[in-house]
Amino acid sequence: MASDVAIETHELLKHFGEVKALDGVDLSVPQGTILGLLGPNGAGKTTAVRILTTLLAPDSGSARVAGLDVVKQAAELRAQIGLAGQYAAVDENLTGFENLEMVGRLYHLGKAPSRKRSSELLERFDLADAGGRLVRTYSGGMRRRLDLAAALVARPPIVFLDEPTTGLDPRSRIGLWETIEERVAQGPTVLLTTQYLDEADRLADSIAVIDHGKVIAEGTSDELKDRIGGERLEVRLEDGTQIETARDALRELSAEQPWSEDGVVKLSLLEDRGAIAEAVRKLDAVAVGVDDIAVRRPTLDDVFLQLTGRPVEEAEAEDAGGEEAAREGQA
Amino acid sequence: MSQLGNSVSDTLVLAKRNLQRIPRQPDLLTGYTIQPVMFTLLFVYVFGGAIATPGYDDYVDFLIPGIVVQTIAFGGFTTALGLSDDLRKGLIDRFRSLPMSRGAVLAGRTFSDVFLNSISLVIMFGVGLLVGFSFLSSPGEVALGLFLMLLFGYAFSWVFALVGLNSSSPETANALGFIAIFPLTFASSIFVPTATMPSWLEAFANVNPFSTVSDAARALFVGAPHGDDVWGAFAWAIGITIVFAFLSISRYRRAVSN
Ligand SMILES: Nc1ncnc2c1ncn2[C@@H]1O[C@H](COP(=O)(O)OP(=O)(O)OP(=O)(O)O)[C@@H](O)[C@H]1O
Ligand SMILES: [Mg+2]
Repeated sequence: MASDVAIETHELLKHFGEVKALDGVDLSVPQGTILGLLGPNGAGKTTAVRILTTLLAPDSGSARVAGLDVVKQAAELRAQIGLAGQYAAVDENLTGFENLEMVGRLYHLGKAPSRKRSSELLERFDLADAGGRLVRTYSGGMRRRLDLAAALVARPPIVFLDEPTTGLDPRSRIGLWETIEERVAQGPTVLLTTQYLDEADRLADSIAVIDHGKVIAEGTSDELKDRIGGERLEVRLEDGTQIETARDALRELSAEQPWSEDGVVKLSLLEDRGAIAEAVRKLDAVAVGVDDIAVRRPTLDDVFLQLTGRPVEEAEAEDAGGEEAAREGQA
Repeated sequence: MSQLGNSVSDTLVLAKRNLQRIPRQPDLLTGYTIQPVMFTLLFVYVFGGAIATPGYDDYVDFLIPGIVVQTIAFGGFTTALGLSDDLRKGLIDRFRSLPMSRGAVLAGRTFSDVFLNSISLVIMFGVGLLVGFSFLSSPGEVALGLFLMLLFGYAFSWVFALVGLNSSSPETANALGFIAIFPLTFASSIFVPTATMPSWLEAFANVNPFSTVSDAARALFVGAPHGDDVWGAFAWAIGITIVFAFLSISRYRRAVSN
């Protein structure tokens, strides 16, 4: 294995009863970069993180993290990784400081260095004032920050973040993104999972889209967006009979012929700046009245629709069925 | 640091964590204090007069060693509650991803139980002395008895560790503990002599380790005749510890939070 690859998986497979949680996953994350593992509920993100952090053994396939085999060299590997799981794993009945100190001691940093590092991290994660308070008095955002801090106590070269912002309000989410950008993503290799394209877009150097335990697309955020055609313009007309005229008038704004759905004309924009004004001018010139007009950023739904031919909700519905089946299978 | 050194330090770090939590969750302490004291008072004053204990001057001399055994066995219940809570909150995932020794989470739990059990021994015998109990054996026997109690409590902490690891919530742990283990303490010589039970129950009660340990406690605290019970009690305590520590640690290795 090349030494500059921090995380590498080969044909990773994991079943839970009938459910194929991972169905042959190949990933490769160069050292010092951030990979966003993007997928809907039940895609297999947490399963992948658990295998890579030695919590679960794969049924078959292999994975190396920091050059160490996740099964055969699990004990050595644990000293090289930090994990912030899907739900903040902090002890409610300890203070923020006591939580970090405990984690430091369990990484065998020693007492004094653990305490020093804990204070330092509380400071860096804006928890200095709350550090002496019991965690059960913390807000969701504060718990998340503490959980991230705990993952970094030992300065591990590789960090796993499983849906770091799920369950937070929009403001806390953006706050946490800044925290991750400024304080987590400097130095270590990071694998983060998310259900949101905008999150992967903002934080990750490259993205792997995962669905039903398979990686269905990989690339930088720009590459993925190019595949789904960048930003979209959507125009609802005053008069539904003018759709053809409108499509022709707007042709120049896109690389391909605009299409229409439910009386709304849609097109992928070549250039999103000034697109609305330009479109209104062009439609005005051919005397087409506009009821509503908007530029929409591509969402995970669009990526999904493009890659799998079905929207995310359907994928979830299928999974829900699969989970039921798995539960029955276990009973 | 050596591997052994790390294991000891990990265990102590986690035991400290468990003990730090206690004053912050005072409801946990009721299991160690108010509940067994209530039981003692109920049995002494409500049932005591109606229970005949041939060979004992007073029912209280029969009861206290038995109820101490029940209390000490359930002392490990905080381990079940704590572990199922750690599982639910994802802390077990965090611990398992750390380079710490595999047994430390469980050893830390069971170790801090010993400390709590020592407190409950003081409380139980304190209340016992107030309601008329007296030690009728030599100081050496009393000391051996106290040691046996702590050892038996330690064994049950491992039983409850397995219960906790198999419970997805503290409520489940509670149900498992009280449906599976609590009745066992009654089908024994803890509260009444087994001779008054129907013969099938008597047969069961006589092989129940709670009977063996209670009879041993009576031997060591009030000088009752005991046959092989003292040896038997130590054998049960050590056997339960070995079997359940093994089962719990192998369960822990595979435990993942939901
Ligand atoms: N312990 C388990 N037992 C049974 N099935 C499981 C178990 N863990 C995961 N699964 C199933 O495996 C599939 C993948 O689950 P996983 O938790 O990896 O998804 P995810 O991408 O993390 O989803 P989410 O966004 O909801 O967290 C799902 O269908 C899930 O129901
Ligand atoms: Mg998940």
